[in-house]
Amino acid sequence: MSSQESTLPQLPPELQGTVQLSVLDQLYNWSRKRSLWPMFFGLACCALEMIASFDPRFDLARFGMEIMRASPRQSDLLIVSGTVTKRMAPQVVRLYNQMPQPKYVIAMGACAISGGPFKEGYNVVSGVDKLIPVDVYVPGCPPRPEGLFNAVFALHKRMDQERIADLHWYQKGEEQGIPVPELGPDLIDYRLTASNIPSDYQPARLKTVRPEQVVTQGEEG
Amino acid sequence: MADERQLSAVTSEALSAIEERFPGGAKPAEHVGLVVDPSQLVDVATFLRDDMDYVYLSCVTGLDYPEATNGFPARYEVAYNLFRTQGDSLTLHVHADRENPVVPSLVEVWPSANVQEREAWDMIGVRFEGHPDLRRILMWEGFEGHPLRKDWHEAYYEDDQKPFRSRFPAGDPSLAEEHAAFERNVQYPEDWVNDGFLEVPEGWKSRAEDAVYLPLEEIAAATETELRTDKVVLNIGPQHPSTHGVLRMVATLDGETIHGLQPVLGYLHRNHEKIGERNLWLGNMPFTDRLDYITSMYNNFGYAVAVEKLMDLEVPERAEYIRVIMGELTRLMNHLVSIGFLCNDLGIYFTAMLYALEEREFILDLYEMASGSRMMCNYFRFGGVAQDLPDGFAPMARELVFERFPRRVDEMETFLLDNEVFRARTTGIGILPADVAVAYGCTGPLLRGSGVPYDVRRAEPYSIYDEFDWDVVVCNNGDVFDRVLVRFGEMRESLRILRQALDRLPEGPIEAGKVRPTTKVPAGEAYGRVEHPKGELGFYLVSDGGANPYRYHIRTASFVNLGILGELCRGHKIADVVAILGSIDITLGEVDR
Amino acid sequence: MYGLGIAKSLGVTMRHFVVTYLDDLKWFLQGGFGNRYTPEALPERQSPRARGIFTIQYPKEQPPLPERFRVFPFHVVDPETGKSTCTACGMCARVCPPQCIWVRRGKDPDTGRPAKEPEAFFIDVSICMSCGLCVESCPFDAIKMDQDFEVAAYERYDSFLWGLDKLMKPQAHDIALHPSDYARDQGD
Repeated sequence: MSSQESTLPQLPPELQGTVQLSVLDQLYNWSRKRSLWPMFFGLACCALEMIASFDPRFDLARFGMEIMRASPRQSDLLIVSGTVTKRMAPQVVRLYNQMPQPKYVIAMGACAISGGPFKEGYNVVSGVDKLIPVDVYVPGCPPRPEGLFNAVFALHKRMDQERIADLHWYQKGEEQGIPVPELGPDLIDYRLTASNIPSDYQPARLKTVRPEQVVTQGEEG
Repeated sequence: MADERQLSAVTSEALSAIEERFPGGAKPAEHVGLVVDPSQLVDVATFLRDDMDYVYLSCVTGLDYPEATNGFPARYEVAYNLFRTQGDSLTLHVHADRENPVVPSLVEVWPSANVQEREAWDMIGVRFEGHPDLRRILMWEGFEGHPLRKDWHEAYYEDDQKPFRSRFPAGDPSLAEEHAAFERNVQYPEDWVNDGFLEVPEGWKSRAEDAVYLPLEEIAAATETELRTDKVVLNIGPQHPSTHGVLRMVATLDGETIHGLQPVLGYLHRNHEKIGERNLWLGNMPFTDRLDYITSMYNNFGYAVAVEKLMDLEVPERAEYIRVIMGELTRLMNHLVSIGFLCNDLGIYFTAMLYALEEREFILDLYEMASGSRMMCNYFRFGGVAQDLPDGFAPMARELVFERFPRRVDEMETFLLDNEVFRARTTGIGILPADVAVAYGCTGPLLRGSGVPYDVRRAEPYSIYDEFDWDVVVCNNGDVFDRVLVRFGEMRESLRILRQALDRLPEGPIEAGKVRPTTKVPAGEAYGRVEHPKGELGFYLVSDGGANPYRYHIRTASFVNLGILGELCRGHKIADVVAILGSIDITLGEVDR
Repeated sequence: MYGLGIAKSLGVTMRHFVVTYLDDLKWFLQGGFGNRYTPEALPERQSPRARGIFTIQYPKEQPPLPERFRVFPFHVVDPETGKSTCTACGMCARVCPPQCIWVRRGKDPDTGRPAKEPEAFFIDVSICMSCGLCVESCPFDAIKMDQDFEVAAYERYDSFLWGLDKLMKPQAHDIALHPSDYARDQGD
């Protein structure tokens, strides 16, 4: 487990040593992480490796991810496996919006992270995080099933650090979905339009947009 | 000059026959085949089909020549690859001028041109007059531009050809997003961009969805009877557990019976052809792995055969044996997976699929041992294979081929073929008559399940398939069950070839000399095709003598086979659609490229 | 008789089910509890002769990887000089199909001619296809394929652009991963 230990999310310095996860937090996190249900969302070649990670040799069901649901309403985890094309972009966003909270996204494979080898194509979205927020990225073309397991464990580690008091799906306010892009002369993402952006907007260096942060607390995204 | 070129026997026979009937209709083309006068194209084509037995149109390619070449002016061009039942091939070219490219459509003569002409319209912008439904097929209606034209650049465009200049020796890494206007791979017309931000014009509506449903509404309106009954237009996909990837279908239903069905493509269009024109010849090999991602070795095989035709390379014997071994393992794996996925769609859910995937794991182990990767093998090279087989390969392969796989194939047969439920769901469904199959350009088990014994390994032998003792498997009814039977038969034939190949594997070199990655391929044109497990995989390559292809077109079995889905589903129930789709056996990476 | 086909199919499934228990019993009789999961047993359980449960218990058991397995490239550090044997010829950057390698060849400060080692070397692994063409084309055996597939990360822009510091690994690592390739190169 070499490349990862330094990249775990760290608590901010002022909170380290003061925050403790209560038993209730730990129980809550444990029960959520041991019963993640992925959605059957295979787009391209990585889908074969994702299916292979459910076959008898690797068997992701050992970790509680037994049920692979086709319906987004019944699933917790969206494994984006394969190239996201512009034509598919509206459906990806629509499916993500339909998933109920808590929901997590793993971007599996080079194409889902950044467009991969097809990045220069005219029909390819260079990374699914241009459309939806992503929790874990797994590079590889395609990543081995064990690489996907590793991503799932990284997601578990991330889930282990959540506290019930901070969870954004328990806050007040209504969650807005991500606006669904449309197909025009090229892919139109309505978050890029002039009317949505405040006048003093400075483009942040390629940050992903988390709609929950933008809307519910009133803070800047 | 084109006239001094030696014409092949088949081409000169065709030329003299055409000259007799249609004087001035044809003349020799630049590299291969004949140039036909557009005004006489349909008559010449009908003559070739009816009187000269060119019943099979395999590949339609659009080409863009912005500059004059070798005696022909600057033009748009469409190339057709025709075949006889015995495998003789003829290439026809048609020229269209640059301002207003119009070519008569050949859908009436060969219905297999339907989807392929739509693709040529979409990518190159040649309009086909007389086509019943000329819409974009891989991109959406409303997209601006025809992407495969030489002067069309996308937002992340860097250089015309690889290697890009910024990588060496300057070597300053940057993300492609940092150079594009919106930090994304998008570009808009000028009146849509206001002060660096996107501004969608007032009242603009997206046309993409309406265009998808338009032909179905026409069908629904045309079949209205006196008594107005409601026809439902149903959308299936692109995310659905029963599709083999992101395939979308729209169907007009009358109750549960299907009146019309259209597949909607382009959800995985990853621009292999545009990227392929920029890559080096060898750099395209890993990209071919990703075409039909289940059978990466066979895609490599097809590309290697096509380029070796252009380069005129001889492959040493040991390399040929290794190629055949890898190829037939791929065929076995593909048929297992295809039957497993068909069962998954029918409702046997994961049982048969997991049995098939377990066997696939062994074959992936063999691939990993030889080439280094489970799926994206990148194993073939021009003139041989990349590396020799390691020591552990032959014992494991022998154990699998002689003992484990025959038992498993028998077990799958016992599991499925006598099962009354399986038979009830598959016999009599999706019957494809033989003449319709040939006219629509269907190949592979789809064609052989209808009684036509056409196999590229026999029609136009490549590699050393003619040195082995094997049979072509044919069934006569043309329904889903017969195609499953054909696949079981082909698995047994693959095992037969594998046993012979593993027994007779010779020693020797594995590569014909050292082909360097930046090698230049001599100018010319070639259409190399192989019998891919799903059908016929062909690569139409045009080279201008450089280190990168000039035109790189892939004719895939799944794309052309999908043209018949609507015909096959008419009159069946909605639940039969998944069975028919599973028996056609498509992979979206191949359909959309 | 109607239903015989269904009975046959169910028989196949039942046989698969029972065989897994019999296989477990066989392993138990040979060596007691846990005999199934010893490292010696893993190649046997994964071989074509395997009958029972076919699972590799990752992360407790690592999958058996063949020598040629490729994930991402790494630079081989020559133990004598402490640096990679790369001479910044740029062959790998030219050949890479998705163009994910950047090689900066500076100027030698003394002679003013192109330097014999790279000033900087970057690989963007979020684009890398793991094809291995860079390794095949390197004339100096400076770059080889690594086998570490455990590379998941939480963010995208800083984790996947690997510079020379992250890419350099000792030659012993290369010899451990690719013993027969190394033996063949030494023999040449």
